[in-house]
Amino acid sequence: MMRTLTRRDFALGAAASGALLADVGRARAAARPIKLGSLLPRSGFEAQIGQSCQRGVDLARKLLPAMGYAVEVIDADTESKPEVARTRAEKLIRDGAEMLVGAFDSGQTFAIAQVAEQNGIPFVINIGADPAITEQGYKYVFRNFPTSVMLGSHGLARFNDLFAATRTSPKTAVLLIINDTFGQSMLKGINALMPKANLPFQIVETISYDPQAKDLSIEVAKAKAANAELQMVVTRLQDVIIMVREMVKQKYEPMGIISPGSPGMYQTQFMKVLGKYADYAITNIPWLDPKQPLARSFTAAFTKAYPDEVCTLDAGFTFEGFLIGADAYKRAGSAKPQALVEALKATDIKERVMIGGAITFDAKGQNVNLPSGVVQILDGRPTVVLPTENAEAKPVFPVPGWSKRA
Amino acid sequence: MLYLNIIVAGLLTGAVYGLMALGLSVIFGVVRIVNFAHGEMMVLAMYGACLANAGLGLDPLLAVPLVTLTLFLLGYALQRGLINRYIARPDHEQFLLLLAVATMITASLLMGFGPDARNVQLGYAYDSYQIGAMLLDKVRLLAAAGAVLGAAALSGFFRFTRTGKSIRACADNQFGAQVVGLDVKRLYAVTFGLGAACVGAAGCLMLLLVDVQPYIATDYTLLAFIIVILGGLGSMPGALFGGILVGVSEALSGFLVEPSFKSAFSFGLLILVLLVRPQGLLGRA
Amino acid sequence: MRASRALGLSPRAAAALGLFLAVMLLLPFLVNAYIVSVLVVVLFAAYFGQSWNIMTGFAGQLSLGHALYVGLGAYTSAALFVHFGLTPWLGMIAGMAVAALAGSAIAALSFRFRVGGVYFALLTIAFAEFTRILFDHFGWVGATEGLFLPVANLAHDDPVRLRGSPVMFYYLLLVLSLAALVLSHSLLDRRVGYYWQAIREDEEAARALGIDVFRYKIAAMALSAAMTALGGTLLAFYDNNLYPDTVFAMGRSIEIIIAPIIGGLGTLFGPIVGAFLLTGLGETMTNLSTYFEISGLKQWFYGAALLAIVALQPSGLWPWLSRALGLWERRR
Repeated sequence: MMRTLTRRDFALGAAASGALLADVGRARAAARPIKLGSLLPRSGFEAQIGQSCQRGVDLARKLLPAMGYAVEVIDADTESKPEVARTRAEKLIRDGAEMLVGAFDSGQTFAIAQVAEQNGIPFVINIGADPAITEQGYKYVFRNFPTSVMLGSHGLARFNDLFAATRTSPKTAVLLIINDTFGQSMLKGINALMPKANLPFQIVETISYDPQAKDLSIEVAKAKAANAELQMVVTRLQDVIIMVREMVKQKYEPMGIISPGSPGMYQTQFMKVLGKYADYAITNIPWLDPKQPLARSFTAAFTKAYPDEVCTLDAGFTFEGFLIGADAYKRAGSAKPQALVEALKATDIKERVMIGGAITFDAKGQNVNLPSGVVQILDGRPTVVLPTENAEAKPVFPVPGWSKRA
Repeated sequence: MLYLNIIVAGLLTGAVYGLMALGLSVIFGVVRIVNFAHGEMMVLAMYGACLANAGLGLDPLLAVPLVTLTLFLLGYALQRGLINRYIARPDHEQFLLLLAVATMITASLLMGFGPDARNVQLGYAYDSYQIGAMLLDKVRLLAAAGAVLGAAALSGFFRFTRTGKSIRACADNQFGAQVVGLDVKRLYAVTFGLGAACVGAAGCLMLLLVDVQPYIATDYTLLAFIIVILGGLGSMPGALFGGILVGVSEALSGFLVEPSFKSAFSFGLLILVLLVRPQGLLGRA
Repeated sequence: MRASRALGLSPRAAAALGLFLAVMLLLPFLVNAYIVSVLVVVLFAAYFGQSWNIMTGFAGQLSLGHALYVGLGAYTSAALFVHFGLTPWLGMIAGMAVAALAGSAIAALSFRFRVGGVYFALLTIAFAEFTRILFDHFGWVGATEGLFLPVANLAHDDPVRLRGSPVMFYYLLLVLSLAALVLSHSLLDRRVGYYWQAIREDEEAARALGIDVFRYKIAAMALSAAMTALGGTLLAFYDNNLYPDTVFAMGRSIEIIIAPIIGGLGTLFGPIVGAFLLTGLGETMTNLSTYFEISGLKQWFYGAALLAIVALQPSGLWPWLSRALGLWERRR
């Protein structure tokens, strides 16, 4: 099912995008590889995203040595359960993991963070947006992913950029939002930030729906009845597919569908299933930076290894998680926890995969330098359309109606 | 008019729910076993329809006979080979048995198909009919029609065929059925097969409405429980009625209250019915 | 020695139990942190199983919704701690009271309306799921956003506020599980235990004998719910974060009941044996499955193992095991 990636694949990818290897080739490999433990929900109800992140792990395993980093990755499956995440983290440490990376889901991330703290083992969070994680005073936990509050505020800020670039200004919006941990903390952020964000539109109705919903016809009918110009959504994957399908059937055509920063509308499945109806969906989210050489070679290696998949932030942030660990080890010159923590605190990675400045951590272990881009599906592919300096194409907004698509 | 749309949508989806729950009800009514692997069996059928589509190019509607037959055989074999030995055992042992079966089905699907959701691409997936202000979604209409046909076929079977009549006799009085020389074991297996066939058909129809992934099964098992209890465990019209009731009430509560609250509404309804009329709305006391 | 006699054990069984206890007491000093974290999972499973066993094993009422009481215990004590700084030792009493009340209310409603058997089982699921969705919307305890206990980085354990290492929780759970064992045993030895078993075997006959079936079934539910809630408090303070969708999960209700069924429903040691076996099995399979890289393989073998157990020893492993080891238990 999954093609294994060879070092040659990466070399080809790198060669295609510039002389990256020449640059990193100068770096000498450390004496022995650091053992990085990977914790992801590879089975259970989050298996889909867990496996999407896993591709980032598998790429890291191949690419990092080629970049001159000495790493060894041990995999673990959290089965989408916090209890399992906890025992798996203990097991990884027992098996010699000197740093942990994971775990996509906030509940599981919490469980792992506690193990990391108790054992004094550094833990780098690849994805996990719950703001509370970095508010616990943890000493060993570092997060290279925006909190849901950051996601919300950066995402809202991009609305104005989009309106300015397209010379539009919708007056009303309806917000469809998933009632789970992530959705509700986003909602809180959106409600707090809306008055300050200086946006042209008002949210006329907020509809929160069940994460387990198999049918969103009522929710979409309600949204349609609100008669707003813009549809704002905070979703996961399965539900947003159902939602768009239902919008087509109900002939509900707002100016556009925009997510201020949630998963779903940039994932392979979304485009595969919906085809032309997936086009023009917009998500304001941190994304792979098409202008960075490392991002380009990463994407090339990804496409080579997984030709049927789209390279998304899941793989990107997961890869960066391992890059951060490998980089800290290289600078520390030792795998001693204290040395690693000090090195992590001093992290300053300028050549990265995702949009934004260098990776650095604040006193709480949070990377605050994680802006969102505007990612729009164009021709069946997530494309960065804003900010202009990172963009590959111009945004399309308002979007063409369902019936006007070829 | 909006209400009409919402009620109709609920009605149509409810009919498919009803067919799915019908299988559970038939099995319980005769074999007296609660099929805790019901949702898993439906998900299996949904993957079957996916395969038929990918391999043979069959529309899920046309895959119904094939998938239904497969599920019938599977159900028959399951009852004959495994469940039959647990008929007279305590509830918790039956529960554990079916839980084990359910776990294995889900794990097999995960291994075979991976965690990604699957669906079938249909030319008419996005079609809808506009009748006045009413918007009818073609897929939903087809699925509901299929469900009603399926339920009618099953009820015809029970009413008019010899085996169907024997099964009913068996449900009414197992001992009596044995006395008059009916092969109860075979009838039980046929019944379980029929119950499985119902979810087989429902799975094909459901695939028109939702995407399938291995982990959605438990939700459907629960949904089927709610429906049959509302309608009356063991009552055939009850299952259809319960399905439609759940479909419509979820639609209305989603619209009037808060959509994220709508499944609480179903559970609330279930609690109410269990307390006030435990045999179900259409069940026999 | 007197304790073992009070448990009604043969000398051989008493020796076995004594040895087992000694091993359990010493274990955290002998094994690594990973094993301790697994043992904590085992003890949680054992204790929840013991609590559930009272309701279903002793009194014969199949509950499939015990996650409800885990959640009520967890949320009550955690919310009181977060909002008012109330020590969990008082919070757990509040949690037990809430759970006992909820349990008796559900039982009273069901049994008053003569809901029994499978219907009762499904009703318990409905109440648990209903409560889960309620908590999804219950802002005071964080709704779906979750409720977090402040994590203190203590160098030493603080048992008063239940902040501490897995080892502390290990010993707390060990004590709790032993207490549940002693309690279960003494209940079975009293009138209430005999009445429960009479109800379990034949409710109508029990009623004919003049047993107040309604009252005794409610008592079983209230006790079982309260004990479960106590475990819920420990779970909350061990996990430090609560989300309705994981705490009240239907999957948790199911996990709670597998161990006692596998071990031997209605027996004293069944839940403990079942918990060790199941968790051990699951953990071994997880460790093995990392070599195969096939997600789903572990769950498949887990299902197959359940199937094998229910096929070979449908009334549980403990009755068979105790016979095989020559240990004697009075019941079953």
